[in-house]
Amino acid sequence: MRWDNFTKFMVVIVAIIGSFAFLIKPLALSVKQGLDLQGGTHVVLQAKDTDVAKVDDDALNRAVQIIERRVNELGLTEPVIQREGKDRIIVELPGVKDPEQAISMLGRTALLEFKDMSGQTVLTGKDLKDSRASAEQSGRPIVGLEFNSEGAEKFAELTAKNVGKQIAILLDGQVLTAPVVNEPISGGRAQITGSKTMQEAEHLAILLRSGSLPVKLEVIENRTVGPTLGQDSKDKSVKAFGIGLAMVFLFMVLYYRVPGLVADIVLLLYTMLILAIMKALNATLTLPGIAGIILSIGMAVDANVLIFERFKEEMLSGRTLRSAMDAGFDRAFITILDSNITTVMAAAVLFYLGTGPIKGFAITLALGVLVSMFTAITVTKFVLKALIGSNLSTNPGFYGASAPKAQEEVAK
Amino acid sequence: MRHLFPVVKNAKIFFSISIIFLIIGFGSMLFRGFNWGVDFTGGSILDLKFDKPVTVAQVREVLSDHKLGNSVIQLGSADAVATESQSVLIRTAVITDEARREVMNDMTSRLGSNQVLRVENVGATVGNDLVKQALIAVVLSWVLMIIYITFRFEFKFAIAAIIALIIDVSVTLSWFSLVHYEIDSSFVAAILTVVGYSVNSTIVIFDRIRENLKTHRRSESLPDLVENSIWQCMTRSLFTSLTTLFSVVAIFLFGGETIHNFSFAMLIGFSSGFYTSTFLAGPLWMFLKNNAKSNSQRVVSKTKVV
Repeated sequence: MRWDNFTKFMVVIVAIIGSFAFLIKPLALSVKQGLDLQGGTHVVLQAKDTDVAKVDDDALNRAVQIIERRVNELGLTEPVIQREGKDRIIVELPGVKDPEQAISMLGRTALLEFKDMSGQTVLTGKDLKDSRASAEQSGRPIVGLEFNSEGAEKFAELTAKNVGKQIAILLDGQVLTAPVVNEPISGGRAQITGSKTMQEAEHLAILLRSGSLPVKLEVIENRTVGPTLGQDSKDKSVKAFGIGLAMVFLFMVLYYRVPGLVADIVLLLYTMLILAIMKALNATLTLPGIAGIILSIGMAVDANVLIFERFKEEMLSGRTLRSAMDAGFDRAFITILDSNITTVMAAAVLFYLGTGPIKGFAITLALGVLVSMFTAITVTKFVLKALIGSNLSTNPGFYGASAPKAQEEVAK
Repeated sequence: MRHLFPVVKNAKIFFSISIIFLIIGFGSMLFRGFNWGVDFTGGSILDLKFDKPVTVAQVREVLSDHKLGNSVIQLGSADAVATESQSVLIRTAVITDEARREVMNDMTSRLGSNQVLRVENVGATVGNDLVKQALIAVVLSWVLMIIYITFRFEFKFAIAAIIALIIDVSVTLSWFSLVHYEIDSSFVAAILTVVGYSVNSTIVIFDRIRENLKTHRRSESLPDLVENSIWQCMTRSLFTSLTTLFSVVAIFLFGGETIHNFSFAMLIGFSSGFYTSTFLAGPLWMFLKNNAKSNSQRVVSKTKVV
């Protein structure tokens, strides 16, 4: 028995199990969950006629699109936005902590107007190409506007005609700022000052680049609702997933003995790491995200199966425990690397091109595969090497393998 | 693992099984189509207020008896984790007024009196955009996969791997058309999972073939090499499929109605993934390789004649 190696082994094992026992629950609860798993805020918007526009099919469909853009720009994961009846829109937002602010943004008309001294509207939000919030050197928040080509012409004309005079920038009829024009501006860019905080500026920028609503929308209802998956289905699924995982764990131990047990324990570390990274990234877990995790757990277990199968083969070909374990890890590594890189690459494409469920799936899959490369290979290898190095047992059966037949006979 | 039966020799049979199934599947997709879920088609929303608090499970039980068990049922309350509430929001598929009255009568007789606050038609929550976007993303990810596998293995491996995963996706779609299970927005994620799983297991087999190609003896023919590679990976293929299926089958059986279709898609896709990567991918690669070889031999013999 070599105590230094055995201590190394025990310390890692106890550390993983101990931290899992204490951390898993708070970790799991602290990761944000989506509308499907946790529920959120249910808002009903009622469309109303205005002097300039009537509520019709077309206006409502456009309004849905704009609301969709606003919600997505706010970075809320997988919201539900749908038409209800002829003149209403339902918006469900995942567990927003402070829903008031988000909701107040939904109903804003966000009609931007540039007026000259005579009160004539020269430009509107339709002439915008983009708007971004930023801070001046003094730290004052501003919203930078970029006009499209038509808008840029109009703006150049407006500023050229009004040198030395005041122009007014209005949002929903209220003056945001009324600067004096110093010189004609032809670059197609302008700035709006007047936001009190950076967040206010960011919200304004979002409203402006999502476009103004064609009709007036009023919030007529706002309440908290449960998960769309259904609390009953969610509870059942959590249990079912637990049963499935327990079977995987049991299988690994029964078939691969001690290495299987080590792989199981390292899988606990993997779970903690995934949750911790999701929390650090402030990512939201949804059902598609769980699909990504299921796949990555499958691939993590697969990595261990590949390694242990290789190890058994190498043992049969007459190697010693230590060199068979090394060979198992080395040979299986290339296989694991190739299949994992292919998966991560696909996940990266899905992440960049996808939205909603596709993105949610891609994030957890990519994270899961990368983390599993570390846990299933590096950590498992470290722990198993320490165990073998401790000479606790040299019996191949202890490691789920068998020695070559010929050797056994010689031993007899 | 022992060679229980020859794979390469029987490749024609394995291919025929797949092709026959896919013909049936494509036929079904063409003529029977898919059962698009509320996410895609829209439906009805019911806002109820019960006199006494109810649970989601109770409401679902009533709906299940009217074949509306996979409706979206949400409790409305100040507290998101509440297990029961007086206010219930239900989104169902499109139903007739008469059918709705029946459901509501049943609801009242079983769960107590209630008030219907609103009944309205609701639109789709998933646009064609999502499907289109998913398609573009998936196809682009395949292109990248082909490039990577070509770089690490060779082009023919890449083509064989992509054909295998296209079969898996088609088989999953076929089943959904045949049994007419509802396709909802989470289906997209399930299909993506199938793609990831299929590629993973195909690459494991190809990796073995690649390794054996380096060390193989002259006496070993290509079919034998592929055959041996497949069987060397068999334990791993079976175990990985089994362990992955443990969780999916558990969710399918015990996970509740709203997640049923999601796990079914994975169940079919993973099973097909095992089948294609084990029985089809290797022979497919061999076929591509032999074809190329005989083509080039033909070219060589022609030039000799000239």
